[in-house]
Amino acid sequence: MNAISASATGNMGETRRAPFALIVAGILLAVVLGLTGEPSKSAKFAISPVDSNINLGSISLPVGVVGLICGALTVALGAYALTLLPRRMPPWILRTAFGLIAVAFLVWAAAGNSLNLSSLAEASVVGALPLLLGALAGVLCERSGVINIAIEGQFLFGAFAASVAASALGLWVGLVAGSVAGGLIGAILAYLAVRYAADQVIVGFVLNLLALGLTSFLFTQVIVPNQEAFGSPPTFSPIDIPVLSELPIVGPALFDQNVILYIAIAILVATQLMLSRSRWGLRTRAVGESPEAAQSAGIDVLRLRTRNVIAGGLIAGLAGVFLTIGSVGAFTPNISSGKGFIALAVLIFGRWSPGGSLLAALLFGFAEAVESALSVVGSPIPPELLQMFPYLVTLVVVAGLVGRARPPAADGKPFIP
Amino acid sequence: MMKLELRGITKRFGSVVANDGIDLLVEAGEVHCLLGENGAGKSTLMNLLYGMLSPDSGEILIDDRPVHLDSPASAMAAGIGMVHQHFTLVPPLTVAENIVLGDEHGGRLGWLDRARAKREVADLVERFGLEVPAASTIESLPVGIRQRVEILKALRRDARLLILDEPTAVLTPHEADRLFDVVRQLRADGRSIVFISHRLAEVRAISDRITVIRHGRVVGEADPVTTEVELASMMVGRTVDLAVEKPPLIEQAGTALDLEGVSLLGEGGEPRLADVNLTLRTGEILGVAGVQGNGQAELVDILLGAEHPTSGTIRLGGEEMQGCSRREMLAAEVGYVPEDRHAEGLIDGFSIAENLILDQYRAKRFSSAGRLRFDEIEGNADELMSKFDIRAPSRDTNCDTLSGGNAQKVVLARELSRELRLLVAVEPTRGLDIGSSAFVYKQIVDARSRGTAVVLVSSDLDEIFSLADRIVVLYRGRVTGTATPSTDRDQVGLMMAGAAA
Repeated sequence: MNAISASATGNMGETRRAPFALIVAGILLAVVLGLTGEPSKSAKFAISPVDSNINLGSISLPVGVVGLICGALTVALGAYALTLLPRRMPPWILRTAFGLIAVAFLVWAAAGNSLNLSSLAEASVVGALPLLLGALAGVLCERSGVINIAIEGQFLFGAFAASVAASALGLWVGLVAGSVAGGLIGAILAYLAVRYAADQVIVGFVLNLLALGLTSFLFTQVIVPNQEAFGSPPTFSPIDIPVLSELPIVGPALFDQNVILYIAIAILVATQLMLSRSRWGLRTRAVGESPEAAQSAGIDVLRLRTRNVIAGGLIAGLAGVFLTIGSVGAFTPNISSGKGFIALAVLIFGRWSPGGSLLAALLFGFAEAVESALSVVGSPIPPELLQMFPYLVTLVVVAGLVGRARPPAADGKPFIP
Repeated sequence: MMKLELRGITKRFGSVVANDGIDLLVEAGEVHCLLGENGAGKSTLMNLLYGMLSPDSGEILIDDRPVHLDSPASAMAAGIGMVHQHFTLVPPLTVAENIVLGDEHGGRLGWLDRARAKREVADLVERFGLEVPAASTIESLPVGIRQRVEILKALRRDARLLILDEPTAVLTPHEADRLFDVVRQLRADGRSIVFISHRLAEVRAISDRITVIRHGRVVGEADPVTTEVELASMMVGRTVDLAVEKPPLIEQAGTALDLEGVSLLGEGGEPRLADVNLTLRTGEILGVAGVQGNGQAELVDILLGAEHPTSGTIRLGGEEMQGCSRREMLAAEVGYVPEDRHAEGLIDGFSIAENLILDQYRAKRFSSAGRLRFDEIEGNADELMSKFDIRAPSRDTNCDTLSGGNAQKVVLARELSRELRLLVAVEPTRGLDIGSSAFVYKQIVDARSRGTAVVLVSSDLDEIFSLADRIVVLYRGRVTGTATPSTDRDQVGLMMAGAAA
């Protein structure tokens, strides 16, 4: 026994790395923000929504103090995680630490300026929405064992179809058309990658190229010459829920949005519950982990995967709907600009669960919101650096530096019955 | 009650006839053993019966009525349940979820009725006396319990005929005894059992009737009083000598391999090997016994330099080796016969000649200035093919077309054709017929006579007892005991289940 306990220290790098990373990050935060630079400057945050009748005023946060507090708390979290060894760090520690780092970072970046928290929250939710839908599409596919790289293509196809159909036939037809367009790409993916066991990543990649080329081509052939008919589709208007939309911070973000947000929330809740509690969810998890076992229990693996991939496409198409008639209206080539790929990162960061995807999507949406808010007020930090933040987070997570994300065991493996 | 009859079942895979006109009658309430060597066609037959394959000709009758089984679902509907050799359970799901999977009681809108699932599992447990923890995930349970879950799963679907495919391969002797109790109980309950095995002793112990299969044909029926020697000769078609002749150990041999306090921790800090101490003299065979998954794979990885021990020292001929890479271990004259020859031993798409130099292509003899010397490579292949009796159309034949025995001979020829201080052989006769097995045994014993130390890892106690000079038993990463071939087998069985020696 002695031999083990004495040697245990050597091999626990994997589990020790995460707490130590937190401690180092906390110290850096405290030193860089709390002591160097301009610690005496303050960032001002308005709380109430911009157009609200109630004004709760604003709070002023000094950079140095916030940096020191957040840094110290992060170090404390890391130290607490160390006391739990050899257990793995529980996920809430990492989430809290990310929150603290984000707050300190925000205060530092906004030093000397004023930001409206309600607007920031709204922008975060708007940025997070397509990522969340994309990640939910990924959850449906990957939990049943099919990697869906084609989310980006489904966004584009959905965006194009929604824009054109809404111009010609009205908003709700546009919504359905966009979703179905995404489902169509899902059907092609399912046909090739599930029925014919083709390499899922290659099929998905090619579908992305196809969607980009085809929508750009159709844009110049259909939309450009017919600007009046297809160029300015209607958009969904926000549903202003009285009183609730006046709430500070969350008001405009959650209670003054258009219908797609509420559809997305419904899908989120439904997938989260159904994955763990429904017959479909049990079968999906079984097929994603061990298709052989599922088959011998009498489940038709290919049919279930096909259905899930198509359902995923319908959801991803909805994100495309949001990108056009849910926000700006008109379609432009490559309007999704890589959001479908970030949705994949959101999926991994969210550990292949709907709830996790929500948190991850909000983090990415928040980073995007901060970046655009700061570029408006003029921040000392170059916007390009800010833009890097979500991707850095992704790399850290995907590299498994902080806790290991384990995909479904049969993810990406074609099943031949 | 269910009577099952197969008439003239034939199944071909390309030019290979896996089942050739098989007739089989399983009466209601009997334990019927299907005995045959690996590759005799037992598993194919059972996959036909479970609807995973369809026969080319012949018919299956249940209670004298022909049935058409085209999927596991239809087999289950007909009352046939199967416990596969490799379990078909989903590791991250719970026992209850696995048991109801595919036939769940859902409420409206497809919500699972979890309370009912739990109740059902409790009922099953009570009815059949098979204790399982309903709320635990499969991955947290030992194999013996997992097998019970498989059996319960089939029983829940009201299997009146249960097929057990090599059920004892993964069990400790004690767990196997408990399984036999369960089988007897199911028989008393009026169910029929088809028990597939190639282990003679257990077949005699459990069955009411025995059908022997060889090369895809039924070669005879026997009852359990038939002697093991008779059964063995039916199984292989000739009288076989199960004994291995070994010359006496080299006297005053030096120490070849010495492991001192070797431990290996897993990713989560759990011990996978704990304080393993072993010494092995030159010209000695050390049998490593144990149920699969108790640290054998880790021990092998460490001996080959594929994993480095967390602590402890490995000495090979007195030299410390614990930090050495795989290539350095090869250079230190360590040979390896892997468990899965097609995954680790050979490159299937390469020819025999190429496979014979896989670990020696860098040697001056086979390459110079980055260029392969084909004349030498071909000469080497011709020489080894005749020396090791590798039967193949030519040295350019790809290894994926070789039979198990010939593929294993290619591996042995490569490993044993160079100077070896240590040979690590893992399940060296798995899947081989008795003739090829005898050849493999002879080669291992010959290597021993030349002074090579051999670590033989096997889950087959017969193999260990006939080859090894000394035996160690691994259980949960620890050496739980040492034994010799004269030790009582039951005692080794107890050690395999974790009892201290």
